[in-house]
Amino acid sequence: MLVFVARRFASMIAVLLCVVTITFFLVRLAPGGPFAREREIPKAIEEQLMARYQLDGPLWKQYADYLGDLVQGDLRLSTKYRDRSVNELLAQSLPVSAVLGITAFLLATIVGVWLGTVAAVRHHTVIDATAMFGALALISIPTFVTGPVLALIFGIYLKWLPVGGWGSPISLVLPAITLAGPYTAYIARLMRSSLLEVLGQDFVRTARAKGLTESRAVYRHAMKVALLPVVTFLGPLAANLLTGSIVVETIFNIPGAGPFFINSVLNRDVFLLSGVVIVYCTFLVVMNLLVDITYSILDPRIRLNG
Amino acid sequence: MDKVMTAPPGVWRRLLRNPSAVASMITLAVIVILAVFGPLIFQTKPHEITGAQFAEPSLEHLFGTDVHGRDLFARVLEGARISLLVGFSGALISFFIGTTYGMIAGYAGGKVDAAMMRLVEVLYAIPRLMLIIVGSFVFDSKLKAVLAGLGSGELAAYSKIIILIIALGLIEWLTMARIVRGQVLALKSQQFVLSARALGQSHVKIVVRHILPNLAGLVVVYLTLTIPAVILDESFLSFLGVGVQAPLASWGSLLNDGREAINPVKSYWWLLFFPALVMSLTLLALNFLGDALRDALDPRRKR
Repeated sequence: MLVFVARRFASMIAVLLCVVTITFFLVRLAPGGPFAREREIPKAIEEQLMARYQLDGPLWKQYADYLGDLVQGDLRLSTKYRDRSVNELLAQSLPVSAVLGITAFLLATIVGVWLGTVAAVRHHTVIDATAMFGALALISIPTFVTGPVLALIFGIYLKWLPVGGWGSPISLVLPAITLAGPYTAYIARLMRSSLLEVLGQDFVRTARAKGLTESRAVYRHAMKVALLPVVTFLGPLAANLLTGSIVVETIFNIPGAGPFFINSVLNRDVFLLSGVVIVYCTFLVVMNLLVDITYSILDPRIRLNG
Repeated sequence: MDKVMTAPPGVWRRLLRNPSAVASMITLAVIVILAVFGPLIFQTKPHEITGAQFAEPSLEHLFGTDVHGRDLFARVLEGARISLLVGFSGALISFFIGTTYGMIAGYAGGKVDAAMMRLVEVLYAIPRLMLIIVGSFVFDSKLKAVLAGLGSGELAAYSKIIILIIALGLIEWLTMARIVRGQVLALKSQQFVLSARALGQSHVKIVVRHILPNLAGLVVVYLTLTIPAVILDESFLSFLGVGVQAPLASWGSLLNDGREAINPVKSYWWLLFFPALVMSLTLLALNFLGDALRDALDPRRKR
């Protein structure tokens, strides 16, 4: 177990290093640079600016210096929001994104597993067919369609829920539902097909044969095994929720890290952009490690040797 | 040999008996025909700015007009052209990458396979779209310069679309690679492959002549399912303003325009409704068709 975690940790660092390197060079190779919009500024001042933000000198040295700062947890200064550090900006916006992401994560997992189980147990009934039709529809329709449409119906016509903003728990309802929608559907489909497969297996028949009630056979015996594919999906789910939250935050005007990311691309805000990418990637890589460990605990047949 | 390249018997029959598959095929046919020939038939002018700002849907403007008085029907058709083009081409690129990658991993097996699949796992878990956003932004201006150097400025406007096709093709192959690898692993140990090897055929020949034809059905299913995924990604980027750029339209950018036109005072619902409707119908049809194809190709799998 320890060897496995150590190995995964090493590969985690390698992945992160790759992401940091790619992001850094991509952004620095972009023509224009962060101060190109202000055409009037004299050469000398631009040079001074570049020096202040440590964007001067040979590229490899900039890269090495940046890595050094990263190791110390310093994400540097934003070039757009002058005099504010990336750490500061992220400290403000990330908790907002986290609340939205975690709510959507829980919503998608719990509702998805529940719906999938119901559909599998009621296999070949109208409930099953309807649930699966609805799930495929939800997967097909993107959040940037469902989001504005939900806002239009519940926010503007019915006036039940706020259409945007942040602060009260009620303002979380529409964004969380929008973000969780497609993944709830995906998990429901995954859970259904996996549970159907498990229900046909011998050990479930044995459980039934020895006189267990149907619900006990399903929930105690079959569910535990059927959950495995869902657990493997939790890593990619976190990745999808992160990217998805960028859109949802834009739709509902939520002050999370997503809008910062988009703006930093448009403004060529070098360090803010790399900062968001690095923080998101770190989170995902850690998340995946946790998923792998959970997986091995749930299914002792899996050997940890990655 | 020729026989294995055709679909297994009964696939068409089973597909045509599935009402949702038939409905999907009809919907798709209508949308594709409208996207390809519509602009020619209706002589639409998606970029023409008129005084008729925010006109409601009428016979003259079937879907109404937007903030610049542009005909929304014309713009939705243009969006369909661009979104479908990006979807099909991007899916084709990821189809080539995914199939090749999966076949190599599955056929090689062992350590090579383990390493290749580990890479797929890692790629699954990083926010690929974020890197694509950064990358497309960088390469767009470079390609624009190259295209402008080649001649007309007309061509340069399409550089973003080319970048999007390549970039999205580069990220949507993971599922395809996984599926193909699994199938190759299963095929590899079957009698006909073993006998081909015993006859002394080269690895390349075995893969191309014996394994590839057996993958055809499966690969078509996942190609059908990759197209909506790429369209979704493209509209995602365009919605955020980092994909297809104005005055060109894609479903994503139209939806963003529509969302911005909605406010409590006066909502121009048609700007949101029509792009959303056409896009959702297309994606639904593609996904339902892909699912139906999968069931038709493997009747035992249908649960």
